[in-house]
Amino acid sequence: MATEFHNLQELRHSASLANKVFIQRDYTDGTVCKFQTKFPSELDSRIERTLFEDTVKTLNNYYAEAEKIGGQSYLEGCLACLTVYLIFLCIETRYEKVLKKISRYIQEQNEKVYAPRGLLITDPIERGMRVIEISVYEDRGSSGSSSGSSTTSSSGR
Amino acid sequence: MKNLDYQQIDPQALATPTPTPPPRPLPEHKPRRARRKWEVFPGKNRFCCDGRVIVARQCGVLPLTLGLIVLTSGLFFIFDCPFLVEHLTGCIPVIGGVLFVFVIISLLQTSFTDPGILPRATPEEAADIEKQIDNPTGSSSSYRPPPRTKEVVINQQVVKLKYCFTCKIFRPPRTSHCSLCDNCVERFDHHCPWVGNCVGKRNYRFFYTFIVSLSFLTAFIFGCVTTHLALRSQGGNGLVFALQASPASALELVVCFFSVWSILGLSGFHTYLVATNLTTNEDIKGSWSGKSGNEDVGNPYSYNSIIKNCCSVLCGPMPPSLIDRRGFVPSDDSVQTSPVEIDLPAAKNDTNMERDCLDFALSCAG
Repeated sequence: MATEFHNLQELRHSASLANKVFIQRDYTDGTVCKFQTKFPSELDSRIERTLFEDTVKTLNNYYAEAEKIGGQSYLEGCLACLTVYLIFLCIETRYEKVLKKISRYIQEQNEKVYAPRGLLITDPIERGMRVIEISVYEDRGSSGSSSGSSTTSSSGR
Repeated sequence: MKNLDYQQIDPQALATPTPTPPPRPLPEHKPRRARRKWEVFPGKNRFCCDGRVIVARQCGVLPLTLGLIVLTSGLFFIFDCPFLVEHLTGCIPVIGGVLFVFVIISLLQTSFTDPGILPRATPEEAADIEKQIDNPTGSSSSYRPPPRTKEVVINQQVVKLKYCFTCKIFRPPRTSHCSLCDNCVERFDHHCPWVGNCVGKRNYRFFYTFIVSLSFLTAFIFGCVTTHLALRSQGGNGLVFALQASPASALELVVCFFSVWSILGLSGFHTYLVATNLTTNEDIKGSWSGKSGNEDVGNPYSYNSIIKNCCSVLCGPMPPSLIDRRGFVPSDDSVQTSPVEIDLPAAKNDTNMERDCLDFALSCAG
């Protein structure tokens, strides 16, 4: 039941949203932004495990880079303190720069890897950095498939 | 007896809006203005400047704080500075001016910055979490409130993550729900009525700068006014004469005397919190003080180095605001709108269920 989509527009227009899978945050390293790399079972038939794990690991690395406490962040912090933090109104912080990189990366991954498999990743920043939301699409033509959603409607036999 | 099918309510159907038929091509009467997200924000906050500025609904005593600071500093510059410049040095108004600017700017930043509000869960997210909670407890026929905590190990410490019923999320570590603002705030410190806002991850450094510079300003004004009065009362004039010559100084003295102790105390307390990477909330609750006699409890977030703790709290990277106040509400799916609309389908389903139950009961009886 491989649904072939060639680009994101085709995905959005000719497919219907079947399910959403949420990748939760991993708090074992504290409050830094990191997502769980556990492969969700709902995506078993849709995408290879390695591709998915690569995406999540790359995202985790980006967030670690944004939140890294080191020379540059100290410099930024001290300069900001001296200017009573007014500098935040003028320049783009390192975090914001990395967030832009992340959204470009997600766009690229959607176009190259996920859309051809009928999936779409939503940037975590749009969900308050709580989850990575992966929308699972079904081709409107194949209406009979159960699409892996776990509804438990117990209708009569 | 009639055999009625009892359809179990599907939480996903509840969460997502009822599947509407393809929208009939109604002629558009007039184009609806696209709304910004701050206009549909569910928390108790107020927004100004088209979403650029955020304040808590109850601004507390912020006008009083501002008024006291401006009044006292104003009196200082008008009545004390000329005398001191003449008799001592011209640096005094300069230092006072710099401190005053620091205080006012950091106060406004603390009050008007998003403290680290976590946006509420979308309906699909909430349903997904409910599913995960309900599954381990087995059948949902006998209603038992499901466990609403999750445990996670951070730095060899067990931390309990609580579920927030208002925001429908499991709160990240160090996050707390402020009842005054009705928001979950990351790294929640406390809700400060003096600044009229919560103090959290994003505005803690502004708050710390504010109280430290305010304690310097108060101490500076107190010192200068005392010097001024001392100089005036020299030469056999006496203190009463000095006070009569400069009555404003008396007012400044009183205000500064009473505020300098509390503000210095607060600065000292927060310096301790910064050095140990604690929040006021954690300190008050004694989360890591090992009250229960467990010697292994310690702060898992501390770097165990005062300098590193200070640097990470005050000089760390500035996280972005997660609530996207000025973004536009998406018009295709209605999931971003206020919770009122989400509750309605649930209520409707409940009344349907009640009606079905009643019908079933009546059919059984007769």
